[in-house]
Amino acid sequence: MADQAHGVGGLTYDKSKRAWPNEINIFMALVIIVLIFELMGQVLPYMNNQSFLFDFNTDRDGTILNIARLKIIILQVSIIGIISLGVTQVIISGGIDLSSGPLVAATAMIVMSFAQTELVNGNPNPKAVFGPWAFDLPVIVPIIVGLCFGAMIGAINGAFIAFTRIPPFIATLGMFLICRGIAQWWTRGQPVSFPTESYAWLGSGMMPVIWFALLAVLCHFLLRYTVYGKHTYAIGSNEDAARMSGINVKRHKILVYMIASMLAAIAAIVLSSKNLTAQSGMGLFYELFAIAMAVIGGISLTGGRGSIIGTVLGAMVFGVIQSGFTYVKLDAYFQLMAMGGIIIGAVVLDQWRQQRAASRS
Amino acid sequence: MSGIELHDMGDIILETRDLTKHYGGVHALEGADFILRKGEHVAIMGDNGAGKSTFVRQITGVEQRTRGEIIFDGKPVHFDGPLDARRAGIEAVFQTLALADHLDVPDNLFLGREKTKWDWLGPFRLLDYKAMRADTLAALEKTGVKIPNINNTIERMSGGQRQCVAIARTASFHSKLTIMDEPTAALGVQETAQVENIIRTLKEQGEPLILISHNMRQVMDLVDRIIVFRRGRIVANLNKSETDGQDVVAYITGAKTQPEYDIEGVT
Repeated sequence: MADQAHGVGGLTYDKSKRAWPNEINIFMALVIIVLIFELMGQVLPYMNNQSFLFDFNTDRDGTILNIARLKIIILQVSIIGIISLGVTQVIISGGIDLSSGPLVAATAMIVMSFAQTELVNGNPNPKAVFGPWAFDLPVIVPIIVGLCFGAMIGAINGAFIAFTRIPPFIATLGMFLICRGIAQWWTRGQPVSFPTESYAWLGSGMMPVIWFALLAVLCHFLLRYTVYGKHTYAIGSNEDAARMSGINVKRHKILVYMIASMLAAIAAIVLSSKNLTAQSGMGLFYELFAIAMAVIGGISLTGGRGSIIGTVLGAMVFGVIQSGFTYVKLDAYFQLMAMGGIIIGAVVLDQWRQQRAASRS
Repeated sequence: MSGIELHDMGDIILETRDLTKHYGGVHALEGADFILRKGEHVAIMGDNGAGKSTFVRQITGVEQRTRGEIIFDGKPVHFDGPLDARRAGIEAVFQTLALADHLDVPDNLFLGREKTKWDWLGPFRLLDYKAMRADTLAALEKTGVKIPNINNTIERMSGGQRQCVAIARTASFHSKLTIMDEPTAALGVQETAQVENIIRTLKEQGEPLILISHNMRQVMDLVDRIIVFRRGRIVANLNKSETDGQDVVAYITGAKTQPEYDIEGVT
């Protein structure tokens, strides 16, 4: 069928005529940012010709890349990255989810209390939440509890947004506070610690990266190749058209928010496992960083446009910038400010590019 | 609904009896009696505000009628919304297009009725892109619609191309009744010709059509019968073979009214 003109209509399906994918732009931006930091490393006097992501002088691990730093960058973004996979789907459907950060905290607190060991160094677990029945449960129990809690919060978010006229911003802002409240109430502010060995394995070493990669592939597949994904884009693009086409918009929105919250719950499991503890204050700014990753990845906040590949690249840009700031020894106080500026810049640049593309066609 | 007698519904696809719509004190549509036979193409003409669009909005369930009956495909119907009407088999192209701007042509054509594989996956069943693409090309070719690249998203298309996609989508549904509300109002000469080709294709396939249009040449070219609305009432029901453009204009402007519709004369 490809590259073939069709009779009277002159119709074509021409792969070469496909629109330039936005993801290539983001990848190029990523490369440019890496090169800028690389250059700064060579030019700035206090850097002593240290390299950022490359490894010219030594051949410790036989590659030109500085694998150690690359690993740290990916590891740093993978947990928020998991959240951003869900946030991406919500934004594509025309919504927004502000509740994911506190949801991480609430889920981590609850899940951790089902993952505790009975004995710590031979002594009873000092942080025990429940009685003896909750000690040393199989690892599947906390996982299922976490996913169910995430699904429940997502369903409530989605139901409020679908069945009332409350804007997603307000509904999930309410859930933001509710979840932070749940996280604090669960143990009256006490941290929950000392998980079982099998639970601790879930977030150990490079495991967060593996979860992020697997879930990214799964979400990319869902959005690109399934009816679920097509309807998510359709609803974000033109909700009335979607409804008129017979799509059950309300049910679909609930499903999208459920999937997003379940991804946040998975992030909570991985994070609490990695930290070996859960605290009510964890996940601070995560919802905003997750949205920022999607935005850097070229998503449209009005819905209908964006992709998982873009968001993964956005997460990488996020991580590279964060790591680069530390590498050029930028004061920690300035890092958040600079990050904010970069996010605004990314959106302005994207809008400008969209307008130019629109005026060209 | 017991009082309705269903006489001789054999070849009638749509009938309205005393269809009336009041917006507060405004009588936008008053006592419209209308019959459409299977395979028939009928044009609705009239000045702005004559009640054409109001009439269509009652039939397609966009609005709820004040009074009257709608009998579609042999049954009295009461649509809660446009989706209800569409499920019953009434397909409408509205002046505001119902397309998803960020999706491409096959996606829009098959929106809500995607071809899928692995249906046991429920909402996560797989899209059969290949089949949808092939069917899209076939459907567009059949209707003669020219779109340079069906992989373009709708937002990258001209107004005319968008309209063609919307109409091709409607035509490919094989609905029991198609309604087009000024489908060529914003189009150039070539694009108008394409849309008219689609309408001819529908005629060949024996699919009934209600066409709202201001374009006299188009109406005379395409339809079998012309209904004229004036100030919320039907004032003429004209067979194309027994009328001409000047005659129709006389009814539209109020210079003439068919005797059977002359309310002032009756009351």
